[in-house]
Amino acid sequence: MSVLRPTTIDEAVAVLSAQPEAIPIAGGTDLMVHWPHRLELHEKTFVDLSRLTALRGLRWQDGDLVMGALTTYWDVLLDEQIGRRFPLLHRAARQVGAVQIQTRGTWAGNVGNGSPAADGVAVLMAYDAMVELTSVRGVDVVPLRDFYTGYKISHRTPDQLITAIRLPGIPYRTQIFEKVGARKAQAISKIGVAMVEAPGGWVVVANSMAPTIRRCRAVEAVLNSGHPISSPEALHDTILQDVHPIDDLRSTGEYRVRVMARLLYHDLREHIAAFS
Amino acid sequence: MTPPTSDVALGFLLNGSSVSVTCAPEDRLLDLLRGPLRLPGTKEGCGEGECGACTVLLNGLPVNSCLVPSYQADGATVETIEALADERHAALLEGGATQCGACTPGVAMTAEWIRRHPALGKRFPLSELMAGNLCRCTGYDGILKSLEAALTDDEGTA
Amino acid sequence: MPLAPLLRREGLAKLSGREQYVDDLDIPGALHGITVRSTSARGTIRNIRFDPEIDWSSFVIVDHRDVPGLNTVKLIETDQPALAATEVRHIHEPVVLLAHPSRRALRKAVRAITIEVDPLPSVLDFTVRPTPEQIQHGSDNIYKQITITKGDARSILADAPIIVEGVYRTGAQEHVYLEPQGMIAEEVDGVIIIRGSMQCPYYVHTAVCHALGREADQVRIIQTPTGGAFGGKEEFPSGVAIHAALLALKAGRPVRLVYDRTEDLAATTKRHPSWTRHRTAVASDGQLLAQEITFLLDGGAYMTLSPVVLSRGMIHAAGPYHCEHISIDGRAVLSNTVPFGAFRGFGAPQSLFAVERHMDRIALRLGLDPVTVRQRNLLADGQTTATGQVVADGVDRQGLLNRALSLSDYAAKRETHRQFNIDTPDRRRGIGLTTFFHGAGFTGSGEVYLDSKVAVAGLPDGTIEVRTASTEMGQGTTTIFTQLASDRLGLPPEAVAIAQPDTAVVPNSGPTVASRTAMIVGRLVQEACDDLRRQLSLDATDRGNDVAEAIRAWHRTHPNGLLLGQGHYRPPPGIEWDEGTYRGEAYGAYGWAAYVAEVEVDLRTYGTTVLDFVAVQDVGTVLNTTLARGQVQGGVAQGIGWTLMEECQWEDGAMTNNQLTNYIIPTSSDIPPIRVAFQETPYPHGAEGAKGLGELPMDGPAPAIANAIAAATGAEAAVLPLTPERLMADLDR
Repeated sequence: MSVLRPTTIDEAVAVLSAQPEAIPIAGGTDLMVHWPHRLELHEKTFVDLSRLTALRGLRWQDGDLVMGALTTYWDVLLDEQIGRRFPLLHRAARQVGAVQIQTRGTWAGNVGNGSPAADGVAVLMAYDAMVELTSVRGVDVVPLRDFYTGYKISHRTPDQLITAIRLPGIPYRTQIFEKVGARKAQAISKIGVAMVEAPGGWVVVANSMAPTIRRCRAVEAVLNSGHPISSPEALHDTILQDVHPIDDLRSTGEYRVRVMARLLYHDLREHIAAFS
Repeated sequence: MTPPTSDVALGFLLNGSSVSVTCAPEDRLLDLLRGPLRLPGTKEGCGEGECGACTVLLNGLPVNSCLVPSYQADGATVETIEALADERHAALLEGGATQCGACTPGVAMTAEWIRRHPALGKRFPLSELMAGNLCRCTGYDGILKSLEAALTDDEGTA
Repeated sequence: MPLAPLLRREGLAKLSGREQYVDDLDIPGALHGITVRSTSARGTIRNIRFDPEIDWSSFVIVDHRDVPGLNTVKLIETDQPALAATEVRHIHEPVVLLAHPSRRALRKAVRAITIEVDPLPSVLDFTVRPTPEQIQHGSDNIYKQITITKGDARSILADAPIIVEGVYRTGAQEHVYLEPQGMIAEEVDGVIIIRGSMQCPYYVHTAVCHALGREADQVRIIQTPTGGAFGGKEEFPSGVAIHAALLALKAGRPVRLVYDRTEDLAATTKRHPSWTRHRTAVASDGQLLAQEITFLLDGGAYMTLSPVVLSRGMIHAAGPYHCEHISIDGRAVLSNTVPFGAFRGFGAPQSLFAVERHMDRIALRLGLDPVTVRQRNLLADGQTTATGQVVADGVDRQGLLNRALSLSDYAAKRETHRQFNIDTPDRRRGIGLTTFFHGAGFTGSGEVYLDSKVAVAGLPDGTIEVRTASTEMGQGTTTIFTQLASDRLGLPPEAVAIAQPDTAVVPNSGPTVASRTAMIVGRLVQEACDDLRRQLSLDATDRGNDVAEAIRAWHRTHPNGLLLGQGHYRPPPGIEWDEGTYRGEAYGAYGWAAYVAEVEVDLRTYGTTVLDFVAVQDVGTVLNTTLARGQVQGGVAQGIGWTLMEECQWEDGAMTNNQLTNYIIPTSSDIPPIRVAFQETPYPHGAEGAKGLGELPMDGPAPAIANAIAAATGAEAAVLPLTPERLMADLDR
């Protein structure tokens, strides 16, 4: 194993360009889990991002929120303006691991890792986040909603570094994030669902329900249509158009679909007239 | 082909003193503390960032040292359980916060962080702030009540 | 006079991180050890292949041929090999051991060893009768069968107008002590010294002597501070110690064998899964007329302690009730999973869950309040238990129940929940009750066989040292013994040292299990103090300085002498137990309790939140309020985990969720306020009137919570854990 420790973005992207197989590491809350057992990783080259001071911190720009790639969950929790403008970021951050994870885990790492269970990604996607990818070739900005193409596969090419995440400063009406885990704290989601009512209509994003974090367009269409929804069960088929949850160590596909339907039904009935 | 393992030289502020060490890049901060730095007060409970027994303060924030690559401690401030004076433990001792003791140093470090930032305890429930420290003995009441008592004491003496 | 309060003696050492657990010990020159395990559930070992890519000459390699004595982990039986020789019976069974200076090298090496097995038919469901090809123990795979008969339940049931039936199941539970298993072994001057995390140094001693073929004085076992155990370090450490010793002998150097969490979760014992059927004849007023109970335990691949877990489970299976006609039939059977073993409660949580959930089903069937059914049947002094033991301890059991009802505001909550459940579309609240008991100490004649001894040494400086094999694992042994000895001799706590259990130093006071330490061993500590006083020709009024001065004076006249007061177990009068018929005094004393849980079920997610928990118990005199409350709260929390979230996932008899990310135990956000109250009826034969405490709190949470969930939702709530997925299916009925 070897570690490269750049101090500037230029150095970092140069390294990734020269060694695209190298693995960027920031908070380590995914890569370091069970580290002593992950012998295959011990053969790799890592690019330590922790010294890239330019990627630290968050700022407001033209009403948008721009999070440098080293922004942690805890950084976001300390920012009161985020709590007002993008409350689901707070709600999700509080439920990611516990403080020891929140102080280390980064939003960009969550995006880059591409886990289908990532709570942070679901709310970022609901808020239509844009992912800034930097390489020696230049800067690409990709909508997070189009970022994933398969299980842990994304549009990021190996020479690209996620350098920022930008959330457009849109006003939202209803904003809901529900996480269902096996316990009240420090749980990996069995089901996550972020729902916001944007000026253009409902946006619903689900995590742990498919190989990728998934925008649920069929569900959104139903919500936007104003057609009556009589029961949670009436949503099952719609949900299954959007996601395909599986049985795994943490839950069952059946539970996931049924509970997602029940969350949508019970949470939205007070917000949408169509619910009976 | 295995790339050659290159050792990493690090310097950081550990419990108020500067230390310089050379370690393998595979070493976690936890390995460094318990091994060459001989600070076994920090415990390994799971190695997966779940139990919090290895909690230390890194640049003033609680982290699981099993998830911190050693090279990221370079230039940082690290505080371990060994840094705390005995008087600091009075409330937790009296309130029954420790039983078997394996989770205890981690519990004490998270509690210490909360005590240094008492506003946190007003913004978040203590049970949420402590949720990263699994304890199998106390049922948490002894921990949470002791921490409440410590915060009240701190307020009185502040 | 109550004992003077005392803070946990080793508490500051633990809080400050100074307490040295086994993996914290700096042993120069020690190698690391690792265990190579079976990947097959059952079969014949054909070959063990070592990948030639690895330079094996740098490793110490041990297999069954290196076992100098009997290749067995001696316990009740000798069926479990220390290292599998020709056959494996479960995935993760130890086959080969390695030692090396580098842990990383060991992890690579383990992956380079393939244990090739010709498979044989395995048993993966303990409730199904095995086929002839699956038989591996005796003629039927039954480790132990027990029958308890009182009266004639069959005849009563044959004619009974009202019979309530139910089947209840519980799953395996992992101890998740925060400090994993670990031992360090080395040979010094012909003596094998093993230090490590354990409950029972003399169990380890016996097992190591057997496997190593050594005399008792050639093996020395030293307990290191033990970071939680809960039964998980009762029998299991014997195998770890043998392994560490085998490696150390072959290496000629100290070897440290410390498990990491994934190995500990996968390979160590767990709580026995259970299946219980109740058929109960009841009168319309709720009186129990006859109880017929079938109780099955999954023993796993080797016997370990399954017969005694079965025994305790059965003795508690009828609940703390009076019934003239009881028939209990129980079996512990083999399966090709990791062996199940001791875990806080030791079979009783399983059988008490069944009977206590069943009592609510009886109440529902009869249209009675669950309180009424319990009030009608709770044992009164003069009545007999299932084994015919006359209860006569003066405990006010109805009073315990009433106190729990009033502390929990039971009646008013029932009313407010009714309204809440009408007003709230997506949530349901309920309150649940359980009354139960837990026998303290070894079952039946067990304490007599243990023949426990303790010593209290008077030291030349006038202080004393209490020498027992009873271990501190967080439950407070060190503090309680200090309080007892300090009080008995009038010495300040600082003048009382508690010896670290070391088989070369301390007498065998029995294992630290079965809630026996404060009650039984504590009593022996007091007797040893009295004996010390006698040897010094002091009388009972001589205390404190008189004692210290007498000890110093004795040493002045006996240079290098050994001044030892001794305590030796004698059974209380009137204890009769017939192991053949299971009749008699099953336990010298019982703790009694009434617990109440209030829950809210989220109908969106089927998740259960415990809102409030009240735990009222009579465990005799409480010796240390902080420690006792902590034991109850910790037991309740562990019970909440077992009831709602802790579930071992199995594949081919191996646990697949062997990570703390996937085997979920409660966090501080999952535990409600646990309100603890004690009713103190002194037990005349326990230390200062104390009875056993440690296990009792594990028994109550499951039935209290399941009953509350049933009250809230109408669920059957008959299978644990009541995960959201299971509750969803339950409510679909």
